[in-house]
Amino acid sequence: MSDTAAPRPASTTRRRVLMAAPLVVAGAAGVGFWRMLSGMTQGSFDPHDIHVPVLDRPVPDFALPDQAPGQGFGAADLRALTRPVLVNFFASWCIPCVAEMPVLNALKDRLPIWGIAYKDKPDNAAGFVRRAGNPYARIAGDLPGLTAIDWGVSGVPESFLIGPGGVIRWHTAAPLGEDTIHDTLLPLAASLTR
Amino acid sequence: MSPELGNFALALACCLAGAQAVLPLIGAQRRDPRLMAMAPALAVGQLLALLTSFACLVNAAIGDDFSVQNVAANSAVAKPLLYKITGVWGNHEGSILLWALILGVCGGAVALFGRNLPSALRARVIAVLGGVSAGFLLFCLTTSNPFDRVWPAPLDGQGMNPLLQDPGLAFHPPILYTGYVGFAVPFAFAIAALIEGRVDAAWGRWVRPWAVAAWCFLTCGIALGSWWSYYVLGWGGYWFWDPVENASLIPWLTGTALVHSAIVVEKREALKIWTVLLAIGTFSFSLSGTFLVRSGILNSVHAFANDPARGVFILGLLALVIGGSLLLFAIRAPALTAGGMFAPVSREGLLVLNNILLCSICAVVLTGTMYPPFMSLLFGKTISVGKPFFDATAAPLAIPLLAFMGFGPMMPWKRAQFWPVLRRLWWAGLLTAAAFALAAWRIRDILPLLAATFAVWVIAGSAADIAERIRLFRLPLGQSLHRARLLPRAALGAALAHAGVGVSVLGLAAMSQAAHKIVEVRVGQTEMLAGDAWTLTDVHSAPGPNYTSLIATIEVRHDGRLVTVLHPSKRTFASQNQTTTEVAIHTNLLSDLYGVLGDRHGTDADPTYVLRLHYNPLAPWMWLGGLVMAMGGALSLSDRRMRVGAPRRARLAGLVAAR
Repeated sequence: MSDTAAPRPASTTRRRVLMAAPLVVAGAAGVGFWRMLSGMTQGSFDPHDIHVPVLDRPVPDFALPDQAPGQGFGAADLRALTRPVLVNFFASWCIPCVAEMPVLNALKDRLPIWGIAYKDKPDNAAGFVRRAGNPYARIAGDLPGLTAIDWGVSGVPESFLIGPGGVIRWHTAAPLGEDTIHDTLLPLAASLTR
Repeated sequence: MSPELGNFALALACCLAGAQAVLPLIGAQRRDPRLMAMAPALAVGQLLALLTSFACLVNAAIGDDFSVQNVAANSAVAKPLLYKITGVWGNHEGSILLWALILGVCGGAVALFGRNLPSALRARVIAVLGGVSAGFLLFCLTTSNPFDRVWPAPLDGQGMNPLLQDPGLAFHPPILYTGYVGFAVPFAFAIAALIEGRVDAAWGRWVRPWAVAAWCFLTCGIALGSWWSYYVLGWGGYWFWDPVENASLIPWLTGTALVHSAIVVEKREALKIWTVLLAIGTFSFSLSGTFLVRSGILNSVHAFANDPARGVFILGLLALVIGGSLLLFAIRAPALTAGGMFAPVSREGLLVLNNILLCSICAVVLTGTMYPPFMSLLFGKTISVGKPFFDATAAPLAIPLLAFMGFGPMMPWKRAQFWPVLRRLWWAGLLTAAAFALAAWRIRDILPLLAATFAVWVIAGSAADIAERIRLFRLPLGQSLHRARLLPRAALGAALAHAGVGVSVLGLAAMSQAAHKIVEVRVGQTEMLAGDAWTLTDVHSAPGPNYTSLIATIEVRHDGRLVTVLHPSKRTFASQNQTTTEVAIHTNLLSDLYGVLGDRHGTDADPTYVLRLHYNPLAPWMWLGGLVMAMGGALSLSDRRMRVGAPRRARLAGLVAAR
């Protein structure tokens, strides 16, 4: 390989540069890892995060049937909005959704919540809402789960804040907590209302 | 009491490692024999302290001492004894301690077996090992101490992930870690050589056995891991290009390159700088693999308790070890003298080609693994890189590698010609052509077809190499056998390891033709797959020690003749609220019949069951090949030349200077 290089000054410099290359590459990788790690501790970088393809875009086209005890809705309804609405994907078979219900019930008077029952049999979803207390102004059923795919839903519960005109403004793939609601969601909703 | 003793022993080991890192280095620099002589003593002392510490942790786990946080979080009274012991390294803290222990064993081994090394070189090698060890022990003590107590102590532990309760996984980490950590020794040799500013044939000869030993363990570890995921995870696959798997494959690729390039250093004193870089690179990749898996940067099914804060410590350690060694390389390597010359067509030339191809595959795997997190960091895009990418990029590089592997060992050194070598391989070529015809009849895709063909070429070439050396059929059989006995074991080992690669690749190629089917059936229903009739005859539930299982009975018939009865089952662990699938595999070494019981659907009166049925041709060969490779490595390790008769360095150095 480079063993055959003759000891001329020019080639010595080239050798030096060549031998320093691994260090430079490793250094660059190291800086990258350091930024990832510091991003992970600050919460700005999450390799497990799924980026929602529809963020800051109008909601994808869909029209879903009614899910008792609410009235179904579609993309047209969301695009006709003048005030922000929270769209919440839930399912009766999802344990974190049960835990999220009291939080949603506390939130519903400050921000309207529309629910979408994800891959859930209508009877089960209706029973779930009846037992947990209904936080939803409207409920639609997405039994095949196809709408959820368009929205980039990775699991339930997942919530999307829809601004006026039906634009997705914010998203979380985790159950909503008091902190998130007061620190992020409500201020954002208030700024969209103006 | 014993956890405190373990903690103390761990701290003692850390102090000894610190002394081991500094004193022999000063001694070697000042040519002070007393300081240099401390190196082996400190290394053995550190090993003893680590053994004590590890024994204390095992003792705490066996004795159900739930006041130790690590035991409380990962063990339980009801856990079988074997898993109480092996569970010690089934979690982050314990596995780091095991890692440090193996590093200590490496240091001890150099101290004990390295008596024929020059004392300065030995002191430096042991010092480098001590430095790495001190860093990891400090990490263990400060951020992941396995002896941390919890108060009040719980009455029972939280138990272990049921998936990990498996004999295959129990012994997988020690073997894999021995492979990873074993490359610390070639790394230490490389650093010592850079400090001395001298790499020669003797260095190549000293470093090679350590590299081969680590390589054997890593090969076994990877094969075991793959086998485990095949029969435990129940997905029917054997390699998922998961970041954790890639993290073991990358050092294996560079390690394989190292094992080969060290031969050139030993025999021809060429490729010296490159070999030093490979030694540094292989250990660096081993270290980075450990780091990446535990920091949570890479998305993987192997979920360790991810903790970015821990990651910051390891990253600092990596910067010190890898950055420091590469800095030393950048400063000292340009001054290393050039070695022997060779023509492009020669044994050396082919070994260079082997290195280029192996490193290209390594670069491809590295790119595929690191692309998603860097994409996410730089452009905020989520992407995933999977099997299609790796299949499309790694396979085309592997096929020429196999093609050259078939006749590389028969090429003469310095200068050679292709034609005379290939002419001696005529019957291997004929066999390969026959294999191509046979494979083309069964395999339609071009890459697996070529892979299978060249795998046969590699096996035939290895056999031809040995046959040539003992002049089989050209001398009377008795004389040939006599020559076989005198054959250096290194040559036999190399041929065996190459044949092992061929066996593995045949398995991989055949697995591309695997058939599988997911069906929902009622009891009594029959499904056809790959010419066999699979009938679900019964499903019943049965209690186990800490789970309940649902056991299916599947009869497989071929042309009406009963081939086997499979009993795949599904276990529900009440305490962890987790279910595991127990795969049923019937193998006749040529193919696996692989059945998995899935979910139960339908009503109680009329239940249906989801079954996953796989027909996996030549599946066992993949791991068998790995075993053969490791056996080849072990055979070449047993070669006399590897152990004794290492050349005296002074004379050789004089020769090099005179050149």
